[in-house]
Amino acid sequence: MLNEKIITVDHLTKRFAAFTAVDAITFDVYKGEIFGFLGANGAGKTTAMRMLCGLSMPTSGKATVAGFDVYTQNEQIKKNIGYMSQKFSLYEDLTVKENMQLYGGIYGKSNQFIKDKTAFILEQLHLKDEANKLVGSLPLGWKQKLAFSVAIFHEPEIVFLDEPTGGVDPVTRREFWMMIYEAAANGITIFVTTHYMDEAEYCNRVSIMVDGKVEALDTPAMLKQQYQSPTMDDVFLKLARKATRSGD
Amino acid sequence: MKPQQHNQSKTGAARRQFFSFVKKELLHIWRDKRTLFILLGMPVVQIIIFGFALTNEVKNSKIAVLDQSKDAATSSLIAELNASRYFDVEENLTSYKEIEAAFKKGKIKLAVVLPSQFSEDLKHTNKASVQLIADASDPNVANTLTNYATAVVMDYQDRVTNKQRLPYSIQVETRMLYNPQLKGAYNFVPGVMAMVLLLVCTMMTAITIVREKEMGTMEIMLVSPMRPQMVVIAKAVPYFLLSSINIASILLLSVFALEVPINGSLVLLIAESLLFTLVSLSLGLLISSAAGSQQVAMFISLVALFLPTVMLSGFMFPIENMPFPLRMVSNIVPAKWFYIIVRSVMIKGVGLAAVWKETLILTGMLLFLLTVAIKRFKIRLQ
Amino acid sequence: MRTLKFLLQKEFRQIFRDPAILRIIFMMPVIQLIILPWAADYEIKNIKLAVTDKDHSSYSQKLISKITSSGYFQLTAYENSYHASLEKIEDDEADLILEIPASFEKQLVKEDEATLYLAGNAINGVKGNLGSAYLRSIIQDFNREVRLEWIQLPKFSPQTQIEVTSSNWFNALMNYKYFMVPGILVLLLTMVGANLTAINIVKEKEIGTIEQINVTPVQKVHFIIAKLVPFWILGLIVLTLGLLISRLFYGILPAGGFLTIYVFAAVYLLAVLGLGLLISTYAATQQQAMLISFFLMMIFVLLGGLYTSIDSMPVWAQWITRFNPVSYFIEVMRMVVLKGSGLSDIKQQLGTMFIFAVVLNSWAVINYRKRS
Repeated sequence: MLNEKIITVDHLTKRFAAFTAVDAITFDVYKGEIFGFLGANGAGKTTAMRMLCGLSMPTSGKATVAGFDVYTQNEQIKKNIGYMSQKFSLYEDLTVKENMQLYGGIYGKSNQFIKDKTAFILEQLHLKDEANKLVGSLPLGWKQKLAFSVAIFHEPEIVFLDEPTGGVDPVTRREFWMMIYEAAANGITIFVTTHYMDEAEYCNRVSIMVDGKVEALDTPAMLKQQYQSPTMDDVFLKLARKATRSGD
Repeated sequence: MKPQQHNQSKTGAARRQFFSFVKKELLHIWRDKRTLFILLGMPVVQIIIFGFALTNEVKNSKIAVLDQSKDAATSSLIAELNASRYFDVEENLTSYKEIEAAFKKGKIKLAVVLPSQFSEDLKHTNKASVQLIADASDPNVANTLTNYATAVVMDYQDRVTNKQRLPYSIQVETRMLYNPQLKGAYNFVPGVMAMVLLLVCTMMTAITIVREKEMGTMEIMLVSPMRPQMVVIAKAVPYFLLSSINIASILLLSVFALEVPINGSLVLLIAESLLFTLVSLSLGLLISSAAGSQQVAMFISLVALFLPTVMLSGFMFPIENMPFPLRMVSNIVPAKWFYIIVRSVMIKGVGLAAVWKETLILTGMLLFLLTVAIKRFKIRLQ
Repeated sequence: MRTLKFLLQKEFRQIFRDPAILRIIFMMPVIQLIILPWAADYEIKNIKLAVTDKDHSSYSQKLISKITSSGYFQLTAYENSYHASLEKIEDDEADLILEIPASFEKQLVKEDEATLYLAGNAINGVKGNLGSAYLRSIIQDFNREVRLEWIQLPKFSPQTQIEVTSSNWFNALMNYKYFMVPGILVLLLTMVGANLTAINIVKEKEIGTIEQINVTPVQKVHFIIAKLVPFWILGLIVLTLGLLISRLFYGILPAGGFLTIYVFAAVYLLAVLGLGLLISTYAATQQQAMLISFFLMMIFVLLGGLYTSIDSMPVWAQWITRFNPVSYFIEVMRMVVLKGSGLSDIKQQLGTMFIFAVVLNSWAVINYRKRS
């Protein structure tokens, strides 16, 4: 790992009226790593991620993504990131191919690039026969893999994944993580939130958020050692039990 | 447990389920304050705007005068036109050619031409002529303005004649019933009431149900032990309650702000309004069973219902003037019957005996719409 | 520009993939335009008259037959008491009551003066007013005839007489359809346009797809333009269909030419669609968007000058109509279709509409936020 910081976060805070969703969190993410962003429901993961993606305005604190400031350069950030939200958000009334075309076009990719990349992804996902089917007609597992492919279609520096494997079966989950590894191998930094602690084990480093604060941050091995736990699951439970907020 | 008791506890549970669904729907509406605000505020604003602004009376119309005589007689006639509440003399033209240009600019609705011999003729032959030229691009206004202008000229003539008393005179005494001040609100308030209730109820029920279909939450409710028809009806109940509030605010405003009286029985008026609300809700249910997306539901309940309701319910255009096929079509417009009922009860002050036929028709519509809607839901669900 | 191309492609695909909505967009205006204008006959005719004849004389008979032969009135009841006639009004079987008192003929002949009583249902004030005015003028005619029977008037009229001649320009046959059809077309175009755009962006909000768009570097202006253009084209197609129906079913050919209408409609649609988009950026759910657009549509349509005259409204309501795009288009339609006004005559309306379009669309762009 090159130890080159690609995301820097310094006391980043988001308040909604009286409620502090994200409370002065500080951490860095290094280029090329798979960064796991853990926390119970309602701990503030999604809000923090949305601030980094330029979807939500921070209340205070500092943060840069790919060298750009989240307050002023949010549109530049967007050129360099990919994003996959919790809720499936590709156009269900467009076909697989059309969705790829659209997002490739939005990021200003050439027609040749779009054509080649589309062919490559369809091959990789074994979706060739479904290329002209409406996305809405695909099963959930395929949709998720497709959404990930579209999120990195334009070959961004960083991709943000918000609970990407919610509701999919273990086999698909495994396949999904294979795709994540492959993307990371291609130099894309992965910033991923998840509930599944076995998935946390796949990450290079993991941070755990409790009540809007980052309570722990290290490699899975170090965390297990530090909390004297056999599994990440156990680490998480030890930390999350301290939570006063309940998820919804 | 005896079978009978079992049955009773079953209906009890069903009732509890039903009310918990209604409660859930009410909470939905209550939580979305913005929508609630619009739902309750909209009828208030509309009844005020339309109550005051809509009138098919024609007044303060801008007219142009071409006075080729320019003397005491013509100027006093012009002054009389200007003084009437129907006309404002906006332009003094100097030649006949200018008339067309004035019309084309669009502001002038009527041109009054006084010929150069007007006063001479009046003096020597006791006969003179005035020419009225109306902009008939709106024939209704043109017609009315010509009538009013003629009346002003006739008044002027009477004054000039100094009311010579002629033999064998028939006097006519005219009384205007129900609305002696000829206020537009008397006609439009019942119409607007019908329209607001119909559109709000129909649109809201249709959309909330289709929305749940779209979001997939409808399935969750349908797997509950409650009967599917009840699920659908439970969704309509809160809008019925909301409409009751709207009926109250509309009636209060009509009486206190627009000064439209309630001459008949208030209880009857409210009962009829609730009946009409139910018809509208059932119509919404029917639309929701046919529509696949909120967008389609909205188009059917709003864009497709709005203009026919405005034009065929009788409050804008007299139904008896319509050609036969359209008179038939107007019979299926629920607002038509409600409009007749409100006018009769509210303004004429008659009782149920006078509107039983209309009430029966609305009840029939209610039963028909509800049956078809529920049947369609059943078919869809099987 | 390339981004815009891709966004436009997406919007067109989505619209044409939803046949249900396309059918409604095209069918509904066509059907309504064919049916509704026939309802808009506002001329006061077929006034239902109830006569209370207490005289039963030859004069009362003559008067009644003169009234019924005028063509405006329809004798629906012939009663002996005022009360019975009033019931006819309550049942909507009569609009007007004429009461001929007992010994009407005797008084007229013996005492030179007799009185008739009129009572009109004035819930619809204009109808009541005009109806009784028609009846009064018929009675005056009758009076003149009676007088002629008894006395020979000298040739030189001792009574001043001002003759009023009237003519109706632009629409000499007083065909109300020339006025209503283009007006209804404007209303339909407005409702279809504004409603379609009003729920468009908010629909993406509700489904969540807008999030994926917001996280891309797409420009707000491009996004809004891509929403605008397809509906603008659809609007012009609907207009064309409408004009075609006006021609085929009602024989309406705009005297001022089609070009003027299209130029104005092009700008008008931008304004109306911009309004829809603006609503869409404010609303959180489709339901809210629909309620707001319904609220505005009702005001626009009813205060648009098609159904009631704007001049007759109170001053504050006239101010509202200045911000009502519908009132401008209806005015322009009337000018172009019937008066033959050209582009130079509608400069002012065109300019105002242009300002509306710029303001509403810029506002929509500004209010559409990619970041919350």
